[in-house]
Amino acid sequence: MIVSFTVNGEERIANVSGPESLLTVLREELGLPGSKNACEQGECGSCAVVLDGAVVTSCLVMAADCEGSEVTTVEGIGSDRELHAVQQALLDHGAVQCGFCTPGFVVTAAHLFEENPHPSSDEIKEALSGNICRCTGYGAIARALEELAEGTA
Amino acid sequence: MEITRPTSLSEALDARAQDPGADLLAGGTDLMVEVNFGLAKPEHVIALRRIDEIGEVEDRRIGAGVTWARLEESDHRALAQLSRTVGSPQIRAAGTIGGNIGTASPAGDGLPWLAAVDAEIEVASQARGTRRLRWDEFFTGVKRNALEPDEVIVAAVLPERVPSNQHFAKIGQRSAMVISTVSAVVVRDDDGSVRVALGSVAPTPIRALAAEQLINENPQPTDEVLAEFARTVSAEVTPITDHRSTESYRRHAAGVLARRLLERCLAS
Amino acid sequence: MTTSPITRKRVRGGVGDSPLRIDGIPKVTGNFAYASDLYADGMLWAATLRSPHARARITKLDTAPAYAVGGVVLVLTQEDVVGRPGFGMHVPDQPVFADGECNYWGEPIAVVVASDLPTAKLGVEAIDVEFEELEPLTDMEEADARDSQTRRMKIRRGDRDVEGAVVVEGYYEVGQQDQAPLGNEAGLAIPDGDGGVDLYAVSQWVHSDHWQIYPCLDIEPEQVRCHPVGMGGAFGAREDVSMHIHLCMAALRTGRPIKMMYDRAESFVGHVHRHPARMWYRHEADNQGRLVKVEARLILDGGAYESSSNAVIANAAYFAVGPYRCDNVFVDAVAAKTNNPPAGAMRGFGGVQTAFAHESQMDKLAAELGLDPLEIRLRNALGRGDALNTSGQLIEGSLPTAELINELDAMPLAEPLDSDDARHLPGGTGLTTDPRHVRRGVGYGVTLKNLAFSEAFDDYSDVRIVLSPIGVEVYTAAAEVGQGMVTIIQQLAREVLQIEQVAVVWADTGVIGSAGSTSASRQTQMTGGATHQCAIELREQILAEFGGDDLSGEGVWKDGELIVTLHEVCESGPREHEIRYRHPETFATDENGQGDAHPAWAVAAHRAVVDVDPELGLVRVVQIDAVHDVGRLLNPVAALGQIEGGTLQGVGLATLEELVLDRGVIKNANFTDYLLPTFLDAPHVEVKWVEEPERWGPLGAKGIGEPPTISAGPAVAAAIRNAIGADLIRVPILPQHIVGA
Ligand SMILES: Cc1cc2nc3c(=O)[nH]c(=O)nc-3n(C[C@H](O)[C@H](O)[C@H](O)COP(=O)(O)OP(=O)(O)OC[C@H]3O[C@@H](n4cnc5c(N)ncnc54)[C@H](O)[C@@H]3O)c2cc1C
Ligand code: FES
Ligand code: FES
Repeated sequence: MIVSFTVNGEERIANVSGPESLLTVLREELGLPGSKNACEQGECGSCAVVLDGAVVTSCLVMAADCEGSEVTTVEGIGSDRELHAVQQALLDHGAVQCGFCTPGFVVTAAHLFEENPHPSSDEIKEALSGNICRCTGYGAIARALEELAEGTA
Repeated sequence: MEITRPTSLSEALDARAQDPGADLLAGGTDLMVEVNFGLAKPEHVIALRRIDEIGEVEDRRIGAGVTWARLEESDHRALAQLSRTVGSPQIRAAGTIGGNIGTASPAGDGLPWLAAVDAEIEVASQARGTRRLRWDEFFTGVKRNALEPDEVIVAAVLPERVPSNQHFAKIGQRSAMVISTVSAVVVRDDDGSVRVALGSVAPTPIRALAAEQLINENPQPTDEVLAEFARTVSAEVTPITDHRSTESYRRHAAGVLARRLLERCLAS
Repeated sequence: MTTSPITRKRVRGGVGDSPLRIDGIPKVTGNFAYASDLYADGMLWAATLRSPHARARITKLDTAPAYAVGGVVLVLTQEDVVGRPGFGMHVPDQPVFADGECNYWGEPIAVVVASDLPTAKLGVEAIDVEFEELEPLTDMEEADARDSQTRRMKIRRGDRDVEGAVVVEGYYEVGQQDQAPLGNEAGLAIPDGDGGVDLYAVSQWVHSDHWQIYPCLDIEPEQVRCHPVGMGGAFGAREDVSMHIHLCMAALRTGRPIKMMYDRAESFVGHVHRHPARMWYRHEADNQGRLVKVEARLILDGGAYESSSNAVIANAAYFAVGPYRCDNVFVDAVAAKTNNPPAGAMRGFGGVQTAFAHESQMDKLAAELGLDPLEIRLRNALGRGDALNTSGQLIEGSLPTAELINELDAMPLAEPLDSDDARHLPGGTGLTTDPRHVRRGVGYGVTLKNLAFSEAFDDYSDVRIVLSPIGVEVYTAAAEVGQGMVTIIQQLAREVLQIEQVAVVWADTGVIGSAGSTSASRQTQMTGGATHQCAIELREQILAEFGGDDLSGEGVWKDGELIVTLHEVCESGPREHEIRYRHPETFATDENGQGDAHPAWAVAAHRAVVDVDPELGLVRVVQIDAVHDVGRLLNPVAALGQIEGGTLQGVGLATLEELVLDRGVIKNANFTDYLLPTFLDAPHVEVKWVEEPERWGPLGAKGIGEPPTISAGPAVAAAIRNAIGADLIRVPILPQHIVGA
């Protein structure tokens, strides 16, 4: 079946044959491998995308149900030449090691800052408690986002 | 695979009547895990997220399609508290109370609250219209409920009076994003009577009726009565040992948790 | 020759700076290519049939039904292995596919190649396979009793008859931890059309893969080229071959590129895990708390195949006593062979297990003597000039145990709990716990780990540096698993050559020699050391040739004047230099475990502060204060990241993480039930460094990958004991253990 929806501001069409996830379609069909597949059960946040205004785990979104939806992936948050403030902060604080969790953190944190430009440290941690990072121990991520929270106007 | 994306309840019931074997999809946070692990292979999916009629919270009705993210803002304190513990922010943005009811997992965090406030589950079908089942009629076993194949869960319907003095707590091994090993809700009415519900300690959510009775008879419990209350709760639950916890821990923790929640109710 | 009076500035991004990592930008934008993102035209997908039993005889294996699935191109089984039947890090004891018998749950039986992944999976389901189940051997002590083991180690040092005034005994267990790197196993094999194949698969050591792969394919070594590739973490899980041989076989047979990607459930059986352990200890000390004698018996479960069990058990034995002086040490250690999933490398590598036991014992001794836990450690602190308690090796390099303990003692203690926000309390957002239910505890972990490979292993790293007018290229096969090797290499090359533009070229096995594994905390010292040494030699060659006294991006200098430009230096082409860097030689130990087995060691000292709700058994790890022995701090941000990340893995082992096995079957091979610490579970970590340079390695730097994981666990366990005032003998410490203690 054909599913048409908006991804990062562009009209996209996907040919969906079964119950596969939005994550699979983004990665394997639409050439957007930035969202990562690490668990496919909603438990790690590496596949986080914004779907119709809310951050969800795209591995648990049935692609066939995305007809007419609006999706923003990490590829739509910032580009190599123009990084989003969250991306810059993570980079500056050494919050990226293997980086496999990073797209999910970027998407989730960018959304958090949009809704609440000055989250407290506890709010940052809770908002990102669905994003697992196995490398950093979260320390550098916390420092990056706490500094951003203090600085954003 | 085929997908139907109804935009009204009647369309959904129509689709359901035509293909009772179809899988209903709300937020997908239970169903898609099964799909991804090859445990569910749906051939026809009826997607519910476009149906406004089941997506609203009204006075005494909580639409099946309401997400946990919205319920985190609920005026019912324990409902808001439990909503905050369902999975992660991403799960709460997608997952719905109707899906929780539909899955009917012993660890479903919404269920003890429905039990504690004596909610009814409203379901509808094209053939038989709307019916309401008390929570304890609806939840029939581990991941089993009384929903007929042509029915859709419409809402959780609350009784006329829901006491505002209510508390929820849940034990998991992590500080966030964790399935409960024990969860509990205690609701205390102005007359001092209480209702005590527990999750993850039996095939369905349960009420600790003997423990309730004890407090109803001693609405201002002494420390001894509180201790007796905890012991009674522990005796009433029927938990199992699995890879998440042990029978004896769950039994013990159920009593402790219920007592602490009762103490919070007494203090507020 | 030109001369020009330019004032020289030190180059940016050298040693001691924390330059931004060059792979950081593609990683934050989602453009970094991990193995799972690789793609080739005409690519096919493969999926694996795995054993559903811990032990079984395969009575029927009919692949025809799989071929009947539309889109299936090839099915591979052990019959298709044309070369050596098996592989292995140390000995090739694991068949490429189950060979008539399955020896663990999840062992590969066949691989199906198809047009896409869902079809390949359908093909796997279609294979007609039948088993005769056999009784699995899943208990490590029973295996030991039956003499089913991969290596026995004996330490016999000193006099068994000496006695101490105080004696403490203990039995300890460590559960099985999984590395759980966030990226699952993935790889792509591309046939070269000439009978050879290029492999891009997750790996901590492409040369080791290479040595294991080509004999199984029965082709010439140079016909297989293993390429370093982007991966989502490793922590030991990428040290062994997983899908590598399967991929190469499929590519060679089909003549098409083949891709594989394990999902999380498969990943849990697709890589080896940490060895679970059972340990019996007896410590004897004099009245002052000085160790007189330590006796230990250690059993680690190595699972069905050897992997790196031989080295893990050696580490467990050599570090059974920790960084403490003791002249009489008797250890019996065995790596049992069972029908559990194979165990192998994980961060800490044998040291994690015994650290939990020896630190528990030190606390017991302290309690027995009424001594402060740090005081007893200080009284026994091992250092330069001492003999290693187990092997008797003289410690010639740096080992500032006492300094670390003193530094740790001087760090301020975490503030008392003063919040009723659930996020600061045990139980977190579950709202289980009020501040009045909380008891605080403090505990310590001081531990020791060897750096780089030991026991006569020819451990080296090859590096080639190419200097041209546009900058420096450093060729290496070292695996960048996320730890930041890329930046360390750049910094060291910049520091020596004083040229800012440094590119790291990840070279395959056909282009450069081995860099050794990205494990054993060794790459900063080994490939960092190689880079540093290679750069020094290249610089000296150039200076000698042109009679200069300094080099920079501008060219060669003498007495503060530029005498030749870099263009002129490279007039007849880029300057190249290649070296093989080795650490001081090590030796196999004798039958009593005595000898010079190790090139270097590092210590770590952690203090954990925990809040415990004893009635519910819930724990919040509040803070870890960590002092680390880094030799020389090359990159503060990267070092801090290693320590914070490694620490959380230790905290995870102490409080959450365990693979639950039931008769060899993993019951929680998913992220719902194998619990990793979340943001809200992560303690605040305060870090201090002690810089006492090592006798080898770049500028005296020491590896820091493993020590934080080793020290954090024992510290947290001790802190929980301290909070509840009861003994706990097993990690992870689960709520039911605390309630029952
Ligand atoms: C990472 C993760 C963490 C989780 N943590 C928790 C947790 O802490 N606590 C908890 O309770 N749950 C948890 N869950 C489970 C899940 O999120 C909840 O049960 C959620 O409420 C399901 O809602 P959904 O809308 O996503 O359901 P779906 O997956 O869409 O549906 C679930 C089931 O209900 C049926 N269904 C849905 N809507 C209806 C309807 N209107 N009428 C009839 N049947 C219907 C579906 O057919 C399906 O069988 C977690 C899940 C994940 C993936
Ligand atoms: S891959 Fe979607 S949450 Fe892990
Ligand atoms: S940086 Fe590797 S998982 Fe977060």
